[in-house]
Amino acid sequence: MSKMHIKLTVNGKPVELLAEPRELLIHVLREELSITGPHIGCETTHCGACTIDMDGRSIKSCTVFAAQANGANVTTIEGLGTPDGLHVLQTMFKEHHGLQCGFCTPGMITRAYRLLQENPDPTEEEVRFGMSGNLCRCTGYQNIVKAILAAAAELNAVKEAAQ
Amino acid sequence: MIPAPFDYHRPDTVEAAVKLIADLGDSARVIAGGHSLIPLMKMRMTDIAHLVDLQKIGALKGIAIDGGTVTIGAMTTQHELIGSAALGSAAPIIREAALQIADPQVRYVGTIGGNVANGDPGNDMPGVMQCLDATYHLRGPDGERTVKARDFYEAAYFTARADDEILTAVSFEVPVGGQAYVKQKRKTGDYATAAAAVIIAKSGGNCSAASIAMTNLSDTPVWCEAAGDALVGSSLGAADIDNAVDAMQAVINPQDDNKGPAAFKRHAAAVILRRAIERATSRA
Repeated sequence: MSKMHIKLTVNGKPVELLAEPRELLIHVLREELSITGPHIGCETTHCGACTIDMDGRSIKSCTVFAAQANGANVTTIEGLGTPDGLHVLQTMFKEHHGLQCGFCTPGMITRAYRLLQENPDPTEEEVRFGMSGNLCRCTGYQNIVKAILAAAAELNAVKEAAQ
Repeated sequence: MIPAPFDYHRPDTVEAAVKLIADLGDSARVIAGGHSLIPLMKMRMTDIAHLVDLQKIGALKGIAIDGGTVTIGAMTTQHELIGSAALGSAAPIIREAALQIADPQVRYVGTIGGNVANGDPGNDMPGVMQCLDATYHLRGPDGERTVKARDFYEAAYFTARADDEILTAVSFEVPVGGQAYVKQKRKTGDYATAAAAVIIAKSGGNCSAASIAMTNLSDTPVWCEAAGDALVGSSLGAADIDNAVDAMQAVINPQDDNKGPAAFKRHAAAVILRRAIERATSRA
C-alpha cells in the first residue's frame, strides 16, 4: 500500500505529489495543494460542492481517487477567475444574488462553466436540468438560474461583438 | 470518509486486466466510473486489496452500429450514450433512460458496463437491456462467453458473471417499434420507486410485438414476458393494458423500504407501466 507518484495539471500548472491510492482527489486538492475552492459538503456524491472540471467533464472530486485522476487536467474555481478578474459567471452570481452563504458557489460555478461550454445558449429548463447535481440550501435556486442565464447572454454578446 | 488501503492498477488491455484479476484473486475488483463502488469503499463495506481501473482500455469504449446490431463498450459513459446521435436514432430508449440516471456529474463517469454488471436492482440499464433482449459479453481466463440480459440477474448484487470475468460489452439488435423508459423517483438523482421499459411494435393498428421490463420492484430487474404477451395481437385498448398491468403485478415482488410500502410501489408500478405503454404506443 505504498504511496503513488501522481502527476496532475491543476489550473494550468503541472504538479507532482506522492499520495496513497485511497486518497480522494478532494483531499489531495485541499490538503496537499492548498486549493480550497472546491468544498467538502456531503462527501457522499450528492451535493456537488466539491465539483471540479477534469478532462472536460464536471466531476465530484469526493468520488474520485487521486490514483484515478493521475495524468488528468483539473480546473477548479481558482482557475476560472481571480479577485481582480472575475469570470463572467462569478460577476453574474454577484449581480443576481446567486449566492447567500457561498458554500455551494465554487461547485455551482465550476459546473455552470462546463454546462455553458457544452450548451452556450441554454433554456431555463436546460440550466435547471444541467445544474441538478449541485445542491444549494440558501437561495432556492431562482437566482442561481438567473445568474447562469445572464452569464450565457453576456458570453454570447461578447462572442457576437468579436465576430 | 477514507476507504481502507488498497493497491491501484491501471492495465491498458482487457487481457492484462483479466490476468490481473486472475492473479490477484478474490481481493481484486475492477472499477469503471466508481460511483457505486467508491461510496461503498468509503463506508468500508467492501474488502478490496487491489483496485483494477479499466479507464485506459480503449477497446472497452465506444458505440458501434453494424448492420442491425448495436454494440456498446462497457466503459462507454452515460454522458456518451446521451450524446450519440446514432444511438439516439437506433435505440432512443437508452438515451431516455440515461437522462434519468443520477445527475450530470455522475453521468460523466457512470458507465453502461458498471450499471449493468453491478447487479443493483435500482440501476436503470438492466431493465432496459432486458427489454431490448440484449446480450452481455464477458471475458475471463478461458476466453469470451455471452449471457442474455434476461438470464444474467440472480439476486441483488448476484449475477451470472464469475468473479474472474469482466463484462466487456453489451449488444442487441436494433429494435423495431416505439420505445419508452418511464421512471418515478422521489427526487433528482434518486433510484426508481418504479420504472418501466417498454417497446411496442404495431401492424395494421394492432400490437404485433411487445417487450416489458420493470426496474427496482424486485431484487432483480423483471422482464415481464406475460405482460408483453397480453398486448400482442390486441388493439392496445384499456382492457388490454389492464391485462398487461395485471400480468406485471404477478411477477414483481416489491418490498417495504424508505421509498414506501410495497402496496404503494405496486400502485406506482401500475401507473408507470400504463404511461410507458401509452408513450411507446404513441411512438410506434
